Amino acid sequence: MSPEGQRRLRLRFTKTGKVRFTSHRDVARLWERALRRSRLPLAYSQGFVPHPLVSFGLALPTGCESHGEYLDLRLEPAGAGETPVAELPAALSMLLPEGIVVQAAALIEDAEGSLQQEVASCDWELEVLGVRDEELQERVEKMLAAPMLTVRRERKGRQTEDDIRPAIRTLSLTSPNGHVRAELATHPRGVRPGDLVAALGTPAVPGWACRTHQWIERDGARFEPLPLSEPGTDGDATQHARRAFPHVRDGIQSEPGGSPSGATGGQRQH
Amino acid sequence: MDSLWPQIERILPTVSKPARYIGGEQGSVYPDHASGAVAWLLLYPDTYEIGLPNQGLQILYEILNERPDALAERAYAPWVDMEAAMRSAGIPLFSVEQHLPAAAFDVLAFNLSAELVYTNLLNMIDLAGLPLRGADRGSADALVVAGGHCVFNPEPLADFVDAFVLGDGEEVVGEINEVMAAWLDMSPPEARDRTALLHALAGLEGVYVPALYRATYVDGRLVSTLPTAPSVPAAVAKRTISDLADWPYPARPLVPLTEVVHDRLNVEVFRGCTRGCRFCQAGMITRPVRERPAAQVRDMVQRGLEWSGHDEVALTSLSSADFSGIEDTVRDIVDDPDHGGRVSVSLPSLRVDAFTVGTAAEIQKVRRTGLTFAPEGGTWRMRTVINKLITEEDLYNAVDAAFSQGWRRVKLYFLIGLPTELDEDVLGIAELGARCVEIGRKYQKGVTVVASVGGFVPKPHTPFQWFGQDTVAELERKVALLRNEARRTRGLTIRWHEPAASVAEGLASRGDRRMGAVIERVWRAGGTFQEWSERFDLSLWEAALAAEGLSVEEVCHRDRDADEALPWDHISAGLHRDFLWGDWQDALASVAVEDCRWTPCYDCGACTGFGLEHVVASPVPPAGGSQGTGQDLSVGDRIPVRLVSRVP
Repeated sequence: MSPEGQRRLRLRFTKTGKVRFTSHRDVARLWERALRRSRLPLAYSQGFVPHPLVSFGLALPTGCESHGEYLDLRLEPAGAGETPVAELPAALSMLLPEGIVVQAAALIEDAEGSLQQEVASCDWELEVLGVRDEELQERVEKMLAAPMLTVRRERKGRQTEDDIRPAIRTLSLTSPNGHVRAELATHPRGVRPGDLVAALGTPAVPGWACRTHQWIERDGARFEPLPLSEPGTDGDATQHARRAFPHVRDGIQSEPGGSPSGATGGQRQH
Repeated sequence: MDSLWPQIERILPTVSKPARYIGGEQGSVYPDHASGAVAWLLLYPDTYEIGLPNQGLQILYEILNERPDALAERAYAPWVDMEAAMRSAGIPLFSVEQHLPAAAFDVLAFNLSAELVYTNLLNMIDLAGLPLRGADRGSADALVVAGGHCVFNPEPLADFVDAFVLGDGEEVVGEINEVMAAWLDMSPPEARDRTALLHALAGLEGVYVPALYRATYVDGRLVSTLPTAPSVPAAVAKRTISDLADWPYPARPLVPLTEVVHDRLNVEVFRGCTRGCRFCQAGMITRPVRERPAAQVRDMVQRGLEWSGHDEVALTSLSSADFSGIEDTVRDIVDDPDHGGRVSVSLPSLRVDAFTVGTAAEIQKVRRTGLTFAPEGGTWRMRTVINKLITEEDLYNAVDAAFSQGWRRVKLYFLIGLPTELDEDVLGIAELGARCVEIGRKYQKGVTVVASVGGFVPKPHTPFQWFGQDTVAELERKVALLRNEARRTRGLTIRWHEPAASVAEGLASRGDRRMGAVIERVWRAGGTFQEWSERFDLSLWEAALAAEGLSVEEVCHRDRDADEALPWDHISAGLHRDFLWGDWQDALASVAVEDCRWTPCYDCGACTGFGLEHVVASPVPPAGGSQGTGQDLSVGDRIPVRLVSRVP
């Protein structure tokens, strides 16, 4: 049970471009820093070393892009002047690196399960290098027809052999050339894009990959943990964010005393 | 020039830790190279996660990018797998901001904080596509400069670096920029005379241009290093900024996207140290002490935490507990309601004689991080030789304070292979460790004390620069002795680093110009990342030395005479040679000297030679200090740990 008045906030964000090469752990750390900067009233765990109550969804393999990453966090009861939830996507995006854009935010019920438990499958788009399209089509068909697909992979530092066929729900070629679209189940053992390409056999090697959706299934229905809101007409996101988090400063900007002139030479700064 | 990113992103999926190469740090600058400003590439010759937090590099990055006539980006050494991928794809060294090739820059400026990275410097020059040796570079090639503590003996890199910058870089970097801007303004580029540029640089205070000096050897031993032209100074002295308050940098500390060492906000509280530890090069070459005003420290901490979102701040210096008003400063940070009581403070380089129960109580409020003390020597006699004047009582009181405040693990740093060292000094380490365990057991079960032991390597511009370091075999013998003794105490662990690396470090630290060819051979044989134990290979160094007709005995293990020419005689950190020699003789006689912040001047030269003085806010030494407290240093008497009220 959560302490009195705490709220649960779910956020959906992208991970695209250069930042895709950061690890799941890196993303967690940069979110923690951004949340501290936002001064949202994060709830902390009790105990000897209190930590913010933030939980991330399924890890995205390093190097993959995503249009649908999630995190849940707990907030203490709302205080005066707190940023409205509707303004959080723009405001938080300003505190995050390029490529991580918060697309949606919503308060959710305590009864909702965790992302890790609830997400049943993910949609992927991936590039397969090393084989031509006709060959790729053949291999995809063979794969779908196979009753079993054994892949050797490393899990928790050990080599294991797993049958990944049950987790491949759909698989088809798509444009441009060499690209496939797949829906991969997350339970009982998740299949990563790299595993799928490995199952296609040599000389296929994984290229670019993107998780486009994550799906929760309940009572025969399929839905996203947080759907994308209608494209906003927010105007300037930065303006918006400045209004939301007025304390956030652009740098430390102490008085530099006897230092050289503070001209910035027309440079773009992050 | 076009960004190399499209090629780089193709190889990143194949290398370990690809986030090392993507940049994107908060605080990064993306300058316009078409502006005509002098383009600097600031390089750290080690991995991204080690280089990124480097404060010197971050300070210069901001200072240069604030100038309208300069711009700066950064580069770090690609790890072995990335280097191989880059070489096979034909990708040169690149900046992490805009992924521009090194060839897009006018100046390559290296930060040298450790000697074992020298082969990485060569590797990066090569990856940049520049001729390895300065003598082979032409008017279209970038200028290679280097700064940092290691350049106080620049000779081993004299063949590869065009200009060395000695001391604090804040001011001189602008002067170099002006010289470069004037030179680059000459057109056509063929009209630029590189020798004229080198002479112009040699005219700047604190800039040493090795090509304008000749080293002379007689019977295989250096006898002099002299300028080759009358306009070139016979000796080059370091630059020193007089007041840290004028330089509140970094103001936009870089916040990386991936994990780095020291993943926290760093605020420099003072520069320089006058404790006078004789083994410590940093303490000798960065004198005098210049404290940042406490109000500015608080301001930089508060703004820095807001900017970065970090929940830990380190107050950095060579001995942070010596900062005037340290307890108030730490308390203010920890208690600041703005941070919601969730910010922890770490004090690297704690001295036990300045560590009090009060400090212990303050820094453990939020999170109990590891505590490390550095007694350095195992007996009082040893510590008077090295002038690390902390008594056993100092140590035990500090350890008592720590364990009483709930710490369960304390780490102690020691050096072995020190001048005049006897076996009993080595065994003293085990004795100190055992006593610390015993103190801890008064408060709790299961305490551990880790004694981390390093092999001493004498450094230039210290009183020990004349000392012949221990051989690897002797270091190994001493460690075996110590381990054997320590086994008798449960809860005491001895940690020990690769003794063979101390030889390579010794060669790079005190070698002369001839060491350049050795370093080049080690690099050509694949010896990069020598500071990484899994990559260090002593046989590469031995083979290179043999091929060059040099010996470890001559460079590392031999005591020098008073009148022997040293490779760094023409380089000055402000310290008079007689002061250092006198201090060396005092060391051999076990005579200690007090901290000159609070006692009369010894005329070492660091202040008087530059018209400077110490900038210290507190007229009284820190609590419990043995140095400068007027205690009788000949006996190492007990000084009670106490809180001293401070003058604001």
